[in-house]
Amino acid sequence: MSDLALQPTQASEDVHAAGHDDHGSHDDHGLVHATSTGLSNNKLGMWLFLGSECLLFGGLISTYMLYRGRHSANLGPDQIYDIPFTSVSSFVLLMSSLTMVLAVTSAQRRDERRMNLWLTITALLGATFVGGQVYEFTSFYHEGLGFTTSLFGSSFYTLTGFHGVHVTVGIIMLMALVGINKRGRIPGDRAEVVELVGLYWHFVDIIWILIFTLVYLIPS
Amino acid sequence: MTIIERPSLTPVVAGSGVSVGVKPSQAYGSLRRPVSSTGWRSWVFTVDHKKLGIMYGAVAMFFFLVGGVEALLIRAQLAGPNGTVLSAGLYNEMFTMHATTMVFLFVMPMAAGFANYLVPLQIGARDVAFPRMNAFGFWCFLFGGIFLNTSWVLGGAADGGWFMYQPNANALFSPSHGIDFWGLGLQITGIASLTGALNLIVTILNMRAPGMKLMKMPIFTWMILVVQFLLVFAIPVITVALFLLMFQRAFGATFFDVGAGADPLLWQHLFWIFGHPEVYILVLPSFGIVSEVLPVFSRKPLFGYRFVVFSGAAIGFTGWGVWAHHMFASGLGPVSVAVFSMSTMLIAIPTGVKIVNWTLTLWGGKLWFTTAMMFAIGLIVEFTIGGLSGVTHAVAPSDTQQTDTYYIVAHFHYVIFGGAVLGIFSGFYYWWPKIFGKRLSEKIGKWNFWVTIIGMNLTFGPMHIIGLQGQPRRMMNWTEARAGEGFFNLGFWNRVSSSGAFILACGVGLFLINVIVTTRKAEKAPLDPWDARSLEWMTSSPPKEHNFDSIPVVHSLDEFFHRKYEENHETGELTKVATAEEVLADLEAHADAHIHMPSPSYWPIVLALALPIMGYGIIFSRILIVVGGLLVLLSMFAWTLEPSVADDTDYDPPGDPRADDGGPTKELATHV
Amino acid sequence: MSATTEHLERAGHDSDGHDYVEHHPDSFYVKIALALALLTGLEVTLTYVDIGALFLPLLLTLMVIKFFMVVLFFMHLKFDSKWFSFLFYTGLGLAVGVYLAFLATFRFFMSS
Repeated sequence: MSDLALQPTQASEDVHAAGHDDHGSHDDHGLVHATSTGLSNNKLGMWLFLGSECLLFGGLISTYMLYRGRHSANLGPDQIYDIPFTSVSSFVLLMSSLTMVLAVTSAQRRDERRMNLWLTITALLGATFVGGQVYEFTSFYHEGLGFTTSLFGSSFYTLTGFHGVHVTVGIIMLMALVGINKRGRIPGDRAEVVELVGLYWHFVDIIWILIFTLVYLIPS
Repeated sequence: MTIIERPSLTPVVAGSGVSVGVKPSQAYGSLRRPVSSTGWRSWVFTVDHKKLGIMYGAVAMFFFLVGGVEALLIRAQLAGPNGTVLSAGLYNEMFTMHATTMVFLFVMPMAAGFANYLVPLQIGARDVAFPRMNAFGFWCFLFGGIFLNTSWVLGGAADGGWFMYQPNANALFSPSHGIDFWGLGLQITGIASLTGALNLIVTILNMRAPGMKLMKMPIFTWMILVVQFLLVFAIPVITVALFLLMFQRAFGATFFDVGAGADPLLWQHLFWIFGHPEVYILVLPSFGIVSEVLPVFSRKPLFGYRFVVFSGAAIGFTGWGVWAHHMFASGLGPVSVAVFSMSTMLIAIPTGVKIVNWTLTLWGGKLWFTTAMMFAIGLIVEFTIGGLSGVTHAVAPSDTQQTDTYYIVAHFHYVIFGGAVLGIFSGFYYWWPKIFGKRLSEKIGKWNFWVTIIGMNLTFGPMHIIGLQGQPRRMMNWTEARAGEGFFNLGFWNRVSSSGAFILACGVGLFLINVIVTTRKAEKAPLDPWDARSLEWMTSSPPKEHNFDSIPVVHSLDEFFHRKYEENHETGELTKVATAEEVLADLEAHADAHIHMPSPSYWPIVLALALPIMGYGIIFSRILIVVGGLLVLLSMFAWTLEPSVADDTDYDPPGDPRADDGGPTKELATHV
Repeated sequence: MSATTEHLERAGHDSDGHDYVEHHPDSFYVKIALALALLTGLEVTLTYVDIGALFLPLLLTLMVIKFFMVVLFFMHLKFDSKWFSFLFYTGLGLAVGVYLAFLATFRFFMSS
C-alpha cells in the first residue's frame, strides 16, 4: 500500500495523483476513474456554492440599498461612517487575500512551514478585520444607532453582520486547517483543501470590495 | 470475484502517523464509522443514494397524506354554507400549512427522492459525489418537516398564508409562534434543498459513465439538472427573506413595518424571486418523468430530445424574469407590469414546445396504455389546462380581476396537481419494479388513475367558476344569501368541489392500497418489464448496493435500448438482438475487480439534528442556541476527521480482506 | 462549509489535472495586491475630492476592477476550467440582473 500514499517528497503532479486516487495503492486496480469533466468534485462544488452565495449577498446588499436613506436626521450613513477607519480595515482584509494566495502556493509547493505561517497570518488579519467590525458596531451603538433604531440600522447591521459571520467562519476554517495539519490529518489532497478554503476566503473578500464601495463610499 | 470496498481514504500527508497495518480507529482516535448493513442502523447512518431516495419518498408520502388531510378539512369547511368545521384561526392555519406541506414537504422532497434514487443509476454512477452530504440533506428535510409541524402543539401553526405577506405576518397580527416555526423550518429544509442541489449538480457534471456526453443524458437527468440549478440560485433568495422575517419577529427589526417607513413590497419581491423559480422546481422533475415514460410506452424515441432539453433550460432561465406577475395588483407601476407581462407570455413558449414534443412522441407510436402511461397523458392534458389559465394571468388587466380569487387556486392546482403530482404518480408506476422489484397492480392502477383524474377535475375545475364569480381564496365560509343564482351559484360549485376533494382522496387511497397489495404479493417483476430505454434498467431490480458490476460505456442516447435492438438502416426496422438479461449478464461478466463504496457515517444525522435544536432555541430559550451551535461544531469536526473506513474487526463477522470466495468482501485500504 | 470539508468520498473521482498548469511566482500575486491597494487608495481619495458627475461611475468602475482582479487572479478563475467560470458567473449574473430589476421596480435609479 503505502508507497504511493505516504511519499512526502514527490513532485506536485504525482502527489496530486496520489491524493485523489487514494486507492492507488492497489496495484492490480491501476486505472484511475477520471471525472467526466476532469475536475475535482470538491472544487466544482465550491464554485457552485460561491455562485449561490452571490444571490444571498445580492439580496442583502439590495435590501440595504433600498433602506439606506430611511433613518432619522442625524443617524444616517453620511453622518455615522468613519471612512478612514473602515478604509484601514478594508485594506487589512484585502491584504489577507494576498497572504491566503501565498498559503495556497506554499501548499502546492508542499512547503508546509510556510503554508502554516501564511494560514496563521491570514487568520490573524481576518481576526483584525472582525475586531475592527466589532469596534465599529460598538461605537455606532454608542452614537445611538442600534439594530432596531431605523431601517438603515437594521439593514446595515444585517448586511455587515452576515459578512462578519462569513469572515468568522473562514477564520475557524483557517485555524482548523492549521491545527489539523499539525496533526497530519487533513483528509484527501491537502493542497486542494487549502485551495478550497482560499476560494471561500477570497469570496468573502470580494463581497467586502462591493460593500466597501456601495455601502461606505457612495453617499446616500 | 468482485470485492466491494469501503472507501479507502488514507490521508496523504507527509509524516503522518498512519502506517501500514494500523487500524483506522487507532489512527483516528475515538472516531469510528458505523458498519451495520441490516436493521435500523443501516438506514439511519446510511449514505447510499438508493436508501436515501426511498426514505425521501416515504417521508414525502407521509407529508402528502398530512397535507391531504389538511386539504380535506378546508373543503369540509366550505362544503356547506356557514361552515363550522374549523374556527377562523384554525382555518388560517390549515390553508397555510396545507400549502407549505404540499410544496416544501411533499413535491420538492418527492422529486428529490426520485432524483436521488435515479440520477446516479441513469448516468451510470455508483453513488453521488458527496454521499454524506446527501444523507445530511435528507435528515435536514425530515427534521425541518417535523420541526415545522410541532408548531401545531406548541401554540399554533403558521397562519399567514403560504407566501406569508407582510405586514400581515407581523407579530402584531400573528402573535403565536407559528410563523417563527414556519420561517425556521423552511430555513432548515432550505439547507436540505441547497446541499442536495450542490450534490446532484456535481454528480451529474462529474460522474457520468464514459461516453455519456451531456447531450446523451437521459431526459429525466437533464430536467433534474435544470431544477438543481434553479434550487442553488433560488434558495439563497428565500434564505435572505426568511432571515429578515426572523430578525423582524424575533429581534425587533422593522424591515416590513410600514409604520417605520418600510416597504412591505420588499418581502413580496424576495419571496417571488424565489417563488417563481420554485414553480418550475416543482414541475420540471415531473416533466422529466413523463419525458421518460412517454417514449417507452410509445415505443419511439422522445420527439425532439434537443428541443425538450433546451426548452427545459429556457424555462429555467426565463423563470427568473417573471416573478412580479405575482404582484400585478400591488401597485408596481405601469412599466414594471408591462415588462413582467411580456416576459410571462414569453415563458409560455418553451412550455408549449414541451407539450408539442410529448404529443408528437405519441404520434404514430405503438401506444401501450399502462397506468404510468395514463398518468403521463393525464399530465399533458391537465397541465395544459393549468398552463392556459396561467397565460390569462399574464394579461395584467385580467390578472387584476383574478388576483386572490379561487381562479388562482384553480390555476395553480391544475399546474401543481395536474403537472407535478400526476407526473410523480406516473413515476411511481414506471419505476416501482426497478426500486422494489415488484410491479404495482395495473388493475388497481387503472382505478387509481381514473378516480384521481375525476376527483381532481371535480375539485379544481369548479374553482375557475367560483373564482371568476368573485369568491376570494382563503375565505373561511360562504353564505347562501350571497351565493348567486343558476349556473353560477357558488354554493353548488363549492359542494361539487368538496365532493371532488373526497373522491380525489379515494384515488390517493387506492394508490396506498395498491402499494400494500403489491408488497404482499410474492410475484417478482421481470428485469425489464416495460422494454425500457435508459441505463437505470441495465442492472438488477432492486439494484445492487454498488449499482453496476461494471460501468457501462455509453454510445448513444437510450443506450439500453440500443443494446437490445438493432436498426436496419434501409428499412428502418428494429430487430431484437439481446434480451435485458443478456445485456445484464454481459455487464456482470466484466465486473470490476474493485468497487469502492462509501462507508456509512454517524455525523450527517447528528449535524442535522443540531439545526432544529437551534430553531427551538431561537423561539423559546437562548441556551438551546448555544447547545445546538456546539453540536454543529462538534459534528463538523467529527465529519472532517472521521476515518474513511471502519475497522476490519468492527464487522460482524470480521471481514477478511483477502477472502476471494463467498459474497462481496470488504477490503480496507490500510491493509495491503 | 460542508463542501470544503467533504472528504474525497468517491475515491478516484477527483482527478484534476488542470489546477497547477499555470504557475505564477509569488511576486506576481504581490504585484496584484499592490495594485489592489493602490486602487483602494484611489477610491478613498476620490471621496474626499469633488469631481462632480464623474464620481459615481468612476467609483463603480474601480470597484468592478478590484472585484475581477481578485476573482481572476487570486481565485485563479482566469486560468482555471471554464466550468468554474460558468458556475460562478451564472450565479453572479443572475444576482446582478435580478436585483437590479428588483431595485428598478422600486424606482431606485430614478431617485439617485
